[in-house]
Amino acid sequence: MTSLSPAPRSRGLAVFATLLAIALLVTVAAVGESVRAGITTSPELSTFSIWVMAAGLALGAVTLWAAVSALRHSFRSASEEAAGEVLASRASAAQSRQHSFITFGLAFAVLIGFALIQLVLINDGNIQRTFLRGDLMAGSALDIARAFIVNIRLALISGVIVLVFGLVLAIARMIPGKAGAPVRFLAVAYIDLMRAVPAIIVLYLIGFGLPLTNLPVLSGLNAEWFAILALSLTYSAYVAEVYRSGIASIHPSQWAASRSLGFSYLQTLRFFILPQAMRLVIPPMLSTFIALQKDTSLVNVIGTLDAFNQAKFYASSTFNLSSVTVVAILFVIITIPQTRFVDWMLERGANRRKGA
Amino acid sequence: MAFIELSGIEKSYSNHQVLKGIDLDVEKHQVVTLIGASGSGKSTLLRCINALETIDSGTVSVDGDVVSGPGVDLDRLRRKVGMVFQSFNLFPHMTVEDNIAVGPVRLLGEDREGALRRARELLERVNLDHRARYYPDQLSGGQQQRVAIVRAIAMRPEALLLDEITSALDPELVAEVLNIVRDLARDGMTMILATHEMQFAREVSDVVVFLEQGKLLEKGPPEQIFGEPKEERTRAFLRQIVEAGRL
Repeated sequence: MTSLSPAPRSRGLAVFATLLAIALLVTVAAVGESVRAGITTSPELSTFSIWVMAAGLALGAVTLWAAVSALRHSFRSASEEAAGEVLASRASAAQSRQHSFITFGLAFAVLIGFALIQLVLINDGNIQRTFLRGDLMAGSALDIARAFIVNIRLALISGVIVLVFGLVLAIARMIPGKAGAPVRFLAVAYIDLMRAVPAIIVLYLIGFGLPLTNLPVLSGLNAEWFAILALSLTYSAYVAEVYRSGIASIHPSQWAASRSLGFSYLQTLRFFILPQAMRLVIPPMLSTFIALQKDTSLVNVIGTLDAFNQAKFYASSTFNLSSVTVVAILFVIITIPQTRFVDWMLERGANRRKGA
Repeated sequence: MAFIELSGIEKSYSNHQVLKGIDLDVEKHQVVTLIGASGSGKSTLLRCINALETIDSGTVSVDGDVVSGPGVDLDRLRRKVGMVFQSFNLFPHMTVEDNIAVGPVRLLGEDREGALRRARELLERVNLDHRARYYPDQLSGGQQQRVAIVRAIAMRPEALLLDEITSALDPELVAEVLNIVRDLARDGMTMILATHEMQFAREVSDVVVFLEQGKLLEKGPPEQIFGEPKEERTRAFLRQIVEAGRL
């Protein structure tokens, strides 16, 4: 005679989940109402806060429903156990526990989301009025978006230069043998130096320094090209290290295979190591490229009229930061699709090689 | 003059001496098998022949030309002496046919069409022509190793070095790889192989070499080495193999 081990315990969790859901509803109602009562100057904001509260309560109700479901399954588990149906009892208990955990997750998410919105509304909507004034955002958006084209141009041109120069640096750093030592030393010195100096300092020195040097060509460039030069010099050092990590992570057996066929060092790099390394470095490369895009906003220190500079212009004439928030939003808008695109590309590449 | 001549090969890693003066001649069309325990220097010796490892002293000569020491065009040497590895080492970003054709196209200057056609012909000989467009990760270990052998053959080498090519394979896949080596031996390919497959070594080899701790301890035709080894160490090694059920 085999004896079946009993169902896992579910009652405590389910009760706790129910109490938590009720507490969530009470909190949403209490906090929402007290914040709403504090909004006196703007009827629109007051209406908005009521909608937020309603949404919070609705999501709270969903949470409570999940908790009650956990409780129901827990009771069913108990009655099935009493009837001797151990396997059914186990399944019900598992259901109950799963619903309890869903309740925890929902409650946490609702609480955080609700709290963030209340933070904007609290104190008579002070945060909203400082950072998120719709009229000012709309009024400045077109000019800022136009100026944002400068940021995109800076990022694209520097990005291309960085991809090429970074690769040159990475290969220079890995040149083998005694003869390569001076080249290696130079590459290492460059990378160390440019990673140590803040981008804004490089930008400042180049933007204000080069015009004073009277060097042919270089001193005559406009501010945008100084920005491109500074960003390219700085980011090439980072990208060189990204490439190097990718190259170094290709297993030595690939080198052995290629060399044993008769490929030279450079041919091996070109045909076998780099193509594999490129795939590996795409995610860190994207991070670096996003950092480069964001750092295009540094060019305001040398007076280039980019989105941030344009926004500051609006901010100082309206004594309000909402226009700067527009810049932040623009950066978010261009960054997220890139991330998704790279994820999609990597997945497609992996699937193809696995034959899926 | 033998096709491959090794004399006095020594090789150390930091302060551990792996090869302690190896002399070995391999004639054209001969199959020479290196046996010995792990760490006896079989793999290192193979890697020294095509200069994947540099030797500390001694000379390697291939086809009458000294190919050790400075000033040697190693890329040319390696085209003449192909190598197959324990872990296959196919290029994972290329299809099977490209793995095979890339050498002939880039190094021998063959046109891509012809090289791909020949790749498929060679694949047909190892019953893998239906996998030409696959990527290595989509193949079994035995299939990958067969492709790796074909990749080496596609360079039209004059000799092949096979470094424990069945050691990473599941037992049921060993035969399909060894059959190809058997065919190559029959076609007269000069080969040096390191292996733990004693039955196979006995059958396919012209000469069997027993290495121990970096020294060439005994050398002779397979009947003699496996039947009546002279050295006590060789007998002890073979006894262990028999106890493990591998001979």
